[in-house]
Amino acid sequence: MTDLTDLTVRQAAELLRSGETSAVELLEAVKEQAARTEAELHAYLTLDQEGARAAAVAADESFGRGEDLGPLQGIPVAVKDNMVTRGVETTAGSQVLAGYTPPYDATVVKGLRAGGAVLVGKTNLDEFAMGSSTENSAYGPSRNPWDTDRVPGGSSGGSAVTVAAGSALAALGSDTGGSIRQPASLCGVVGMKPTYGLVSRYGLIAFASSLDQIGPITRTVEDSVSVLETIIGHDPMDATSYRGEAPEFRSGLDEGVSGIRIGVVRELSGEGIEPDVLDAFTRQVDRLSDAGADIVEVSLPSTEYALSTYYLIAPAECSANLARFDGVRYGNRVDGGTVEEMMARTRHAGFGPEVTRRVLLGTYALSAGYYDAFYGQAQRVRTLVIADFTEAYANVDALVSPTSPTTAFALGARTQDPLSMYMSDICTIPSNLAGDPSISVPVGVDAKGLPIGFQVMAQALGERMLFRVAAEVERLAEFRRLPSRKVAP
Amino acid sequence: MPINIDIAYVARLARIDLSDEELDRYRDQLGVILDHAARVQQLPTDGVRPTSHPLSMVNAFRPDDVRPSLERSVILDQAPATEDGYFRVPPAMET
Repeated sequence: MTDLTDLTVRQAAELLRSGETSAVELLEAVKEQAARTEAELHAYLTLDQEGARAAAVAADESFGRGEDLGPLQGIPVAVKDNMVTRGVETTAGSQVLAGYTPPYDATVVKGLRAGGAVLVGKTNLDEFAMGSSTENSAYGPSRNPWDTDRVPGGSSGGSAVTVAAGSALAALGSDTGGSIRQPASLCGVVGMKPTYGLVSRYGLIAFASSLDQIGPITRTVEDSVSVLETIIGHDPMDATSYRGEAPEFRSGLDEGVSGIRIGVVRELSGEGIEPDVLDAFTRQVDRLSDAGADIVEVSLPSTEYALSTYYLIAPAECSANLARFDGVRYGNRVDGGTVEEMMARTRHAGFGPEVTRRVLLGTYALSAGYYDAFYGQAQRVRTLVIADFTEAYANVDALVSPTSPTTAFALGARTQDPLSMYMSDICTIPSNLAGDPSISVPVGVDAKGLPIGFQVMAQALGERMLFRVAAEVERLAEFRRLPSRKVAP
Repeated sequence: MPINIDIAYVARLARIDLSDEELDRYRDQLGVILDHAARVQQLPTDGVRPTSHPLSMVNAFRPDDVRPSLERSVILDQAPATEDGYFRVPPAMET
């Protein structure tokens, strides 16, 4: 008997269509898996028992009527808890929003529902998506299913864990500086950040608006395509969402890389990368070369400044976005004698240390006298980073690097040193600054048996090329292992 | 540029009530992060236009049509305190 929780979205979709399983059976299987693993992994913040059951029944009825809503019909999907879900508690991992029950669905959630997906629950995250380890959740950390003494990465750690551990077959994450790709890399699954604007951000609790993007976390590249197809498209509710025709990207999956020019980013593939990660990366580049790709070394000199740029722009935008959490319209309140006192006490009690740190950093970077030296300069350097990418793409079809400089690190190892934690995102941040699509594909494990991710980047709206190269990376790596299910029975 | 942070002032601007011990801790941490972030100042950027949006976009116009919004009661339902169909907050000024 097939373990339903080991299936890819595609395999599950085939079983659903052949009648060998039902959406209700699939949901029961992932819920049982969650019941086995959650005490240890803590991937979910909320399980929507009734809503998921109703959606599964509806999906089966829809199949019964001969309808086909697309590749996610009847598939159990988890959603990061910074995307609002009508009638289901949404906290963004923060104490300030504990108990908040949104009156509307994020556009991506609407898209999933329209596609017949079954929303299992809301996943754990670093508070307001700020972090690289999911240790900043106000509700306690998630753990990596490959080694429960280690972090799953962040901030979409909960989503990555559900997919790796089989408590969902696919998940949505959000990526501001690597928050989809880095946890996907650390948990051995596929994480994809689409071109900025391709997926609506309406209903995503904003962190840094010019960088945030929602995307899929799945077990295969093809599944990533299926999820993205379901959530993509212009949304009048998000003025920054892309208005043109969405690119077609499925047809490239079987084309291979023969004749493709792939650039290895020198600045992201050398110093500071763990030897095992670098070895796995280099081996994979060699395989791509053997498969007919033309490999060239590419320099993106400004990426050296990308981390600094990011840690000025993201906090600046976060300090503005998080101004709305003031105890007036939603969330929790700590009383005070005046409205200002009430707000300052509410924010002190409601925000954890990382969020407080970034709000302070952003407030400082935007304050009179420092604005131009910090924020203004960071925005000009961002232009230089983008120019580097544009120049590179004049000569290559895709760029590659490791996804994360290290494999999963131990819980607590970096919490006392914000800067070392920030370094976790050094390979992923540049494509957020550029707004370009990128994806992490697992390609192997290190000496400790922990997964290693391989990052592919392409130019804006270049999803077809991105998935084409990623699919070949996946084929060549032959990495299809999920963690052993030894976590607590 | 030596970074001198008036952390109490910044916390006031950010509307976050912090203890003296917290202020000291955040001042030190911000110092370390800003020292690193200040590296952006090393890059010559004369004549470089700042990026505020990663993709070049034109204004996003839409028709000025009246559309239904959420019911007032549905919105007020999530507020910590309400009165007579409004959000209720403490006084903004001393009386």
